[in-house]
Amino acid sequence: MLVNRKLILAHFWFAFAVFGVALTLGAWQMFIRSPIGTWLSNPELYYRSLTAHGTVMGYVFPTLVAMGLGYAISESALEQRLVGVRWAWAGFWLIVGGSIMAVIPIALGRASVLYTFYPPLIGNLFYYLGVVLVVVGSWIWVALMSINLRIWRKAHPGAPVPLAMFANVAGSYLWAWTAVGAALELLLQIIPVAAGLKATIDAGLARVFFSWTLHAIVYFWLMPTYIAYYTIVPRAIGGRVYSDNMARIAFILFLVVAMPIGMHHTFADPQVGAGFKFVHSAFTALVTLPTFLTVFTICASIEIAARLRGGRGMFGWIRVLPWDNPMMLALAFSFVMLGFGGAGGLINMSYQLDASIHNTQWITGHFHLIFGGAIVIMYFAIAYDLWPHLTGRELNDLRLIRTQLWLWFIGMIVTTFPWHWVGILGMPRRMAYFDFGDPAIAPQALSVTFSAIGGFILLASGILFLVILARGMRAPQAEAGAYRFAAAVHQSATVPVALNTHALWVALMIALTITNYGYPILTLATTEGTSVPAVYVGAQ
Amino acid sequence: MSARDIFTFRNPHFTRGVGITAAILIVTAIVGFIVLPFAQPWVQFANVWDAICSAAGVPQRVAGVAAPEQSKRLSEVVLTSHTLSRPSQEAIGRGATLAQRCAICHGPTGLSRADSPNLAGQYAAVIYKELHDFRSGARTNAVMSPFAVNLTDQEIADLSDYYAYLPRLPAYHPTPQLPKPNIVIYGAPMRGIAPCGSCHGSLDNKTGSPWLEGQSEAYLKAQLQAFAAGERRNDISQQMRNIARAMTPEEIEQAAAYYASQPPDIVKAVD
Repeated sequence: MLVNRKLILAHFWFAFAVFGVALTLGAWQMFIRSPIGTWLSNPELYYRSLTAHGTVMGYVFPTLVAMGLGYAISESALEQRLVGVRWAWAGFWLIVGGSIMAVIPIALGRASVLYTFYPPLIGNLFYYLGVVLVVVGSWIWVALMSINLRIWRKAHPGAPVPLAMFANVAGSYLWAWTAVGAALELLLQIIPVAAGLKATIDAGLARVFFSWTLHAIVYFWLMPTYIAYYTIVPRAIGGRVYSDNMARIAFILFLVVAMPIGMHHTFADPQVGAGFKFVHSAFTALVTLPTFLTVFTICASIEIAARLRGGRGMFGWIRVLPWDNPMMLALAFSFVMLGFGGAGGLINMSYQLDASIHNTQWITGHFHLIFGGAIVIMYFAIAYDLWPHLTGRELNDLRLIRTQLWLWFIGMIVTTFPWHWVGILGMPRRMAYFDFGDPAIAPQALSVTFSAIGGFILLASGILFLVILARGMRAPQAEAGAYRFAAAVHQSATVPVALNTHALWVALMIALTITNYGYPILTLATTEGTSVPAVYVGAQ
Repeated sequence: MSARDIFTFRNPHFTRGVGITAAILIVTAIVGFIVLPFAQPWVQFANVWDAICSAAGVPQRVAGVAAPEQSKRLSEVVLTSHTLSRPSQEAIGRGATLAQRCAICHGPTGLSRADSPNLAGQYAAVIYKELHDFRSGARTNAVMSPFAVNLTDQEIADLSDYYAYLPRLPAYHPTPQLPKPNIVIYGAPMRGIAPCGSCHGSLDNKTGSPWLEGQSEAYLKAQLQAFAAGERRNDISQQMRNIARAMTPEEIEQAAAYYASQPPDIVKAVD
């Protein structure tokens, strides 16, 4: 039962529109920095573009997709009208307003600080205020998800919360808590300096606060993808979820262990003790657990679909899977990219291996493969699956959709594999210019060229995606029926209360944050003489 | 089941969830804070507590190690956001009076005919810093040092405000504009040299770095050579010394000739 379709469509459209702009900027960056582009002679333009690309892709785009999907899940899985529609619209407009407010100073060259802020670099105040508005808008969504679930629970005492909603609310709680790190950094440290109230900033402490957000935010981006794995794909390909409880355990594990691990981003930072780095590294290793559980459960779920379609043999069932179904294709691509990206991630989280690739293009390759690849391709799949239900029109050019998914997959592999490679060779990231005429890096020119070509393949795919969705708005009307989620093989009437509620796991998440972040933050905050003068961007 | 029933050891999920999490935390903490510190044979710890403090990153003062004595004077200029903000007309007027003694080298309109720097429209922070450095001895020059040594803080601030206030005029003998050499456009990333303009105004300005357009070629070259030879030392954190040392003599020539041929009105990233 999708009632507030306009609300959901608004979220998706704004998300995909800004995604299109940021994708174009990304392709331009790849080109201008590669041997096939000529040097801009002004690195500032590059960093301006990079800041816009990161801010949109990191904060605006995935947040809006998670919110739109969240509202859709709340209405269709709980089968109740969304409570707080006005608040939801308020949240949406806050995000739109915040995005515009943030992008204007970036475009003027007053906030080229990259989306990770990088104190002591300080940009224009309105950039940070814009980001704050985006986060505040998304917190409204968090509250609404919680409220809607509570209302449903009252009406259905003791009943198992539908898996999609359980996961959705887990994702929203994860976001609410992980955003606190960056919020503290912005409100306590950066904004006072940007507003001119202070002239120095503790960059080390700021980096620790940001690491609180920076890793778990990836799992927040991942949540819609995992929700699609568990609750959309099996239904779309005619299978069933292998285990509903296993799915719940995976989402709970994300909630608990995604948070206290961010310091693997600060392995090279001297202000963090080695002991804490080790603890964070160990917990990062634990995050592989819900991913492995998911890969197992989903493979089992699609095997069920294949067996139902008459698949036989140990691997013979793979052939009879509905490969012409975009959902199947997207899932397969997503898993391949998740596999490579995840393997790269294990290298990043290991203290010793990280030393060889820290701050190189490897890292850029890694997070593009995971986020831009494994995660975003499922955002496309979610949009394709939901679109007919939102527009009341059919979306039946499956060939075009498959082409788009193929292009995205190929583009992402062509972009990120050479990035990983040049990273191993030592090419640093966040550089506006490389002198490929220099014999020392001339051999990397070919890899970087391939990578730039991959960027254009991605751009083509992104444009195709927007075209497909836009055409879907004008297609013949068709009744898509109720939006449903995948059922489990054994749909039990009751679920253990711990797997049906979030309180225990949220408490553990907060407790682990305190144990793993409390001491480093307290020491840095109370140590004298750790602040440095701010460097104002674009100011004389 | 209410919250009270979840958060109780009678609930097996609570016991297991909390138990496993706590066990993992304790094991990783023991490994990270005790086992691994002692596994490093090149580090000596007095006791277990010492190892834990080290692994936790407790700030410690290293005993018995004093900062190395500086044989040469370093720049000690401190510039806050209030030092030179919103100069009054009086300050500029006082600066104009004081500047009469500078005019013999730096020109009555701030344009030099004597291969001294053109000061008209130079960033206030630059003049402020250089005068302080001349006064303290962090930068020395047979002509400038005696002039600077008797200036008060107020006089230095007034002079800075006055010269920053003057309009930027074309250099006295403008040569035809030369094309940008590579060292200016690209720097030399492999040698750690950023493009000149990323600090010196045409792309961005880092506080304390002057704009260079239209300055005397001889002066620019001499300064780069002095930085390269370590004769001039008042650059912050050796930034210019590191760059100049890595530049080839040809690049020094090219950069100096290029900047000397540029009109100062192309300086951006200000105001």
